[in-house]
Amino acid sequence: MKQKIGVYICHCGGNISDYVDVDKVKDVLAKEDGVYVSKTTIFACADSNQKEMVADIKANELDAVVVASCSPKLHQITFQAVTERAGLNKYNYVHANIREQVSWPHSDNKIGATEKAIQIVRSSVAKVRLSQAIEPIEIDTQQAVLVLGAGIAGMKAAISLAKMGTQVYLAEREHFIGGRIAHWDVLCGTEETGKELVTRLYTDVIANKNITLYTGAEMVSSGGSKGNFNVQLKLKPRYVADVCDDKENIKKAIEVCPVEVPDEFNFGITKRKAIYHNFPSEYPQAAVINMDDCTRCGECEKVCDKIDLSQKEETVEVKVGSVLVATGFDSYTPGEGEFGYQAIDNVITLSQYKRLLAISNGELKWNGKKIENVAYIYCVGSRQVEGENKYCSRYCCTATINTALRSNDKFKNLNHFHFTRGMRTYGKQEVFYHEASKQGHVFFQSYGDDPTKVENKNGKTIVKINDILTNRKELEVEADLVVLVTGMVPRAHNTIGDILKIPKGRDKFYNEIHMKLRPVETVIDGVTIAGACQGPKNIVESINSALSASIKSYSFVSSDKLSVEPIVAKIDENLCQYCDACTTACPFDAISKVKSGSKDVALINHTVCKGCGMCLPVCPTNAIQLITFSDDEVENMINVLANEL
Amino acid sequence: MNSKLNARILVFSTDKISDPAIDMAGLLKLHYPPKVYTIPLPCSSAVKTKWILHAFEQGFDGVFIAADGSDCPYGESCTEKTGDIVKRTHDIMKEKNIDPMRLKMAAICSVCSESFVKQVKSFDEALIKNKNAE
Repeated sequence: MKQKIGVYICHCGGNISDYVDVDKVKDVLAKEDGVYVSKTTIFACADSNQKEMVADIKANELDAVVVASCSPKLHQITFQAVTERAGLNKYNYVHANIREQVSWPHSDNKIGATEKAIQIVRSSVAKVRLSQAIEPIEIDTQQAVLVLGAGIAGMKAAISLAKMGTQVYLAEREHFIGGRIAHWDVLCGTEETGKELVTRLYTDVIANKNITLYTGAEMVSSGGSKGNFNVQLKLKPRYVADVCDDKENIKKAIEVCPVEVPDEFNFGITKRKAIYHNFPSEYPQAAVINMDDCTRCGECEKVCDKIDLSQKEETVEVKVGSVLVATGFDSYTPGEGEFGYQAIDNVITLSQYKRLLAISNGELKWNGKKIENVAYIYCVGSRQVEGENKYCSRYCCTATINTALRSNDKFKNLNHFHFTRGMRTYGKQEVFYHEASKQGHVFFQSYGDDPTKVENKNGKTIVKINDILTNRKELEVEADLVVLVTGMVPRAHNTIGDILKIPKGRDKFYNEIHMKLRPVETVIDGVTIAGACQGPKNIVESINSALSASIKSYSFVSSDKLSVEPIVAKIDENLCQYCDACTTACPFDAISKVKSGSKDVALINHTVCKGCGMCLPVCPTNAIQLITFSDDEVENMINVLANEL
Repeated sequence: MNSKLNARILVFSTDKISDPAIDMAGLLKLHYPPKVYTIPLPCSSAVKTKWILHAFEQGFDGVFIAADGSDCPYGESCTEKTGDIVKRTHDIMKEKNIDPMRLKMAAICSVCSESFVKQVKSFDEALIKNKNAE
């Protein structure tokens, strides 16, 4: 029990002291059991005050400290560091929040605010009185990072990490890298195509000796935790020799392949063979056979000796200190009949339209018919009134405007009609919207509860809107092609999320710990997220998050030792009568059954335990305590808060 | 209202989700009764029934669990688990003749400051009404 506690009450300039009588708080706390020093300070966080506090703690030989100031989210770490500099353990420090939770919300009631501040600081003293010096758990670290996904975010993160000197394993599930960027022609706000960007990044990846690239690599299991992940990657064979310079015979092999399936690279608007290239953005530059499509007829083997259908799947294990997840997104697929999709033959998605523009030359045609009037319907699969996707997909307004503007560079006499729900070309992207308006693009707008309609009338495709920009006048356009501006949705294939147990948010994308304060970390220690797997982002935003995540992942592996927060659950073996309720409640598989003498008890793996406390209330014998949130600590705080002096 | 007329409410908040919302209520100068005291925990699924009953024994009029809900960084099961804690505790409260309305739970997301203020104000009023009716 601590008996020489120092209490420092901050004025915060006047943010606290204008509403809380800090001198009264100081005087009351000075009489509290165990309090040796009680002082006020104008700005507790100021450098000069921190130095004074360090000297004060040392001079008075204090054994615990409470600072009553702003939210712990801002300065708990600051004052923990002060206590450490003064020679104390940082867990002998407790932070009392008397600004955000006292002076500001109760600025209308100074007496009430002062009473509450006293109670909160007293309860913090009650907690720190019971505090123990605890040391972080120190573990050996693998100085390597696994980056999952070799799209723009994954490649940028891998290059960034490699430049910092870290060994990087870059694993891509597909046989070709580049992700979504590989599909696109000229990128918005640049003169660079997706292919050129992918080429540039791939060249950097291959040139960097710190990066090992796996394609056709899928994560199948993961063990361990921050600092020491053991990840199994299943490598799918290409069924074509790794070094293949026999381009003519590969070409023949593709020609003789009798299987034709929709080409995913062009979003199904063209066909490909079971053996195929991924032009134009094909890296590595090697053909592949998709065994899900292949009938094993053997025709390709007859004309090309580089085909090797005997190749087998392999499994490799990588040992890393951190996993950076950059697995991207799926494009929303409209339901059958949604804005005429799959019911009217000239209704396609934005992704299909972009590929159509890229592969068309001369005249722009769809199903053999020349296209002049293009109608774009926005927010398909995003901002849904009735569906699950309530969020805005952010990139699609700008992507559509960019596509429409670029299409005029290649094809003449196109008329563009935009059926929007309010344009969101945020930031500098507004200039593209302005440019489209100047070029004569026509913009309509409706609300979500009165959506645009697509109808087939006598073989003609009519797009109708009650346009709020013209006082809900019903307007219609005969469209040669209807483009559904589809948003981003989380990957349907989510084994990585399941294996790593990454929590998902309301939008079903991976969830960061805090949008602003810890934007690339997940609650799974050592696992960071980047790019659109976290939520809709454009290319620039994806790159920013990738660089941020790479720095965060680097912080886990930069040293060969790593400190892990020691706030974990602990079991009282005397009380435990293993019933498996805690094992079931733990979302991280941190609790197992072990023998202790003649009985079974629960054992907590402290490097896996996240300290969430979900196991605490389910234990029928109250055998589990969470460090720094023990029954004694919590109940002592309650005792103080319930009983005013 | 004079602070002495307010009910005494203990809030179990969560470090990463509901406590930031309560902080933001202060930042926005949204007022609520001053006898609302907060103990932040890592997760709302960590609240022990024992602590809730202890709070009532010590004189708290109400306990409010500002739950993570579906935003919980520890996983989707949080909502259900916190709900189970409330249900179990309500059953015990009935056995002990403690009015179950004195324990309330609502999901408070990290930016749900207005919702938090609305919840604790209406809880405060309900507790005062309940107390006066006794």
